[in-house]
Amino acid sequence: MKIPAELKYTKDHEWVSVDGDIATVGITDFAQGELGDVVYVEIETEGDELDEGEVFGTVEAVKTVSDLFMPVSGEVVEVNEKIESEPEVVNDDPYGEGWMIKVKLSDAGQLDSLLDASAYESEVG
Amino acid sequence: MTELKSTALKDIHLAAGAKMVPFAGYEMPIQYSGLTDEHLAVRNGVGMFDVSHMGEFILRGSKAIDLIQKISSNDAEKLEKGKIQYSCMPNGRGGIVDDLLIYQVEDDAYMLVVNASNIQKDWQWIESHNSFGVQMQDISDRTSLLAVQGPKAAEALLGLTDMELAEMKYYTFQKGTFAGIENVLVSATGYTGSGGFEIYFENQHAEKIWNAIMEAGMPFGIKPAGLGARDTLRLEKGFCLYGNDITDETSPIEAGLSWITKFTKDFVDHKYLKKQKENGVSRKLVAFKMIDRGIPRQHYPLFNEEDEQTGEVTSGTSSPSLKLGIGMGYVKTADAKIGNSIFVEVRGKKVKAEIVKLPFV
Repeated sequence: MKIPAELKYTKDHEWVSVDGDIATVGITDFAQGELGDVVYVEIETEGDELDEGEVFGTVEAVKTVSDLFMPVSGEVVEVNEKIESEPEVVNDDPYGEGWMIKVKLSDAGQLDSLLDASAYESEVG
Repeated sequence: MTELKSTALKDIHLAAGAKMVPFAGYEMPIQYSGLTDEHLAVRNGVGMFDVSHMGEFILRGSKAIDLIQKISSNDAEKLEKGKIQYSCMPNGRGGIVDDLLIYQVEDDAYMLVVNASNIQKDWQWIESHNSFGVQMQDISDRTSLLAVQGPKAAEALLGLTDMELAEMKYYTFQKGTFAGIENVLVSATGYTGSGGFEIYFENQHAEKIWNAIMEAGMPFGIKPAGLGARDTLRLEKGFCLYGNDITDETSPIEAGLSWITKFTKDFVDHKYLKKQKENGVSRKLVAFKMIDRGIPRQHYPLFNEEDEQTGEVTSGTSSPSLKLGIGMGYVKTADAKIGNSIFVEVRGKKVKAEIVKLPFV
């Protein structure tokens, strides 16, 4: 199971990478493994201002369905179009091509309460 | 909580990279390489499932047939040695105790194969009707069962036995030497709708037989397959799953199992079910495929064209073969026509589906 050291994590098994005031969000390798083969990802919140912990979308796998939660508050400024046409990239490359949304941070201070890689590792270990 | 049981192949599953989950009191492999990959291996080639959690009872004696006729809905007099019948046990209240396979293994002996989750319940139920002095034996704990399924199954197993697998008719079985082990029962049955065999033997041979099949199947691309693929494969063919599509609260007539409910004999619920068959039922199990995007899941509500709730989903998945949502569920008889539109409530939205004939593929 991959847990890249440079990313931040949540207990809901999402990862966050920050560039300036934009956070990129996806689900972790652990999460995609638990879900199994992803069939589609439904994200209809582009342009919405959402609070930390709110649902921004849903992942449908063959056997299960799971909500996606905002790791931080902000506006959903972009949704990955690739996961619309090729949802399997969420399984194949969860930290790369399988990213889900970009969020314009409304409170950069929230980043401090996210887990680092070693804290997340003990969460799923 | 009682401790989970394991099959004789737990170490093999772990070494093969299986993800294990609790199922019906057993720790079972739900997937290995991935559900879709395993599903397609079975549809197009060959895959192997460890389904040793299933229960096996032996019923022996001159009156064994009478006990079986009493508890089961199908007509077991149609059986002969070497043949198998799909049947169900009505529960005396209009529902179903379990569905099962009945093997006639000797002139006066039968093997009943039941669902793992129902082993105790079924045993007690059958015993409670055994006023015939039939000798009953539960061999579940010492019996392993492998399902080798797919269009290439016969070819893959050919070299392991003298039994003529390619000629074996559906729902028949033979006993013989398999992978060097004597007294192995091979039956032309399965729960995938892709052909293949189910192989019964004593636990101590499990690793040897598993390994022999994996090796023999290698040129045919055999893959170990888990309970996840087993469920999507059976649902694409519209096979009922006990606990989902049939339960203690559903009748075989409602479930579309009239074909295994034969009024040529007396049995538990005989009169009640005959009346249902003659007068019609108020709800029916239907199959539907999604027209708009969405995946039906168990217990999602179903609505008719007038936007009235008509029932709920009993089984649902994304079909790996069709790449769309498919499901089954009970609806009011008036809404059950093939071709009708039906709406599945998915997270508060009503998503359009169409009632279709089975199988899906």
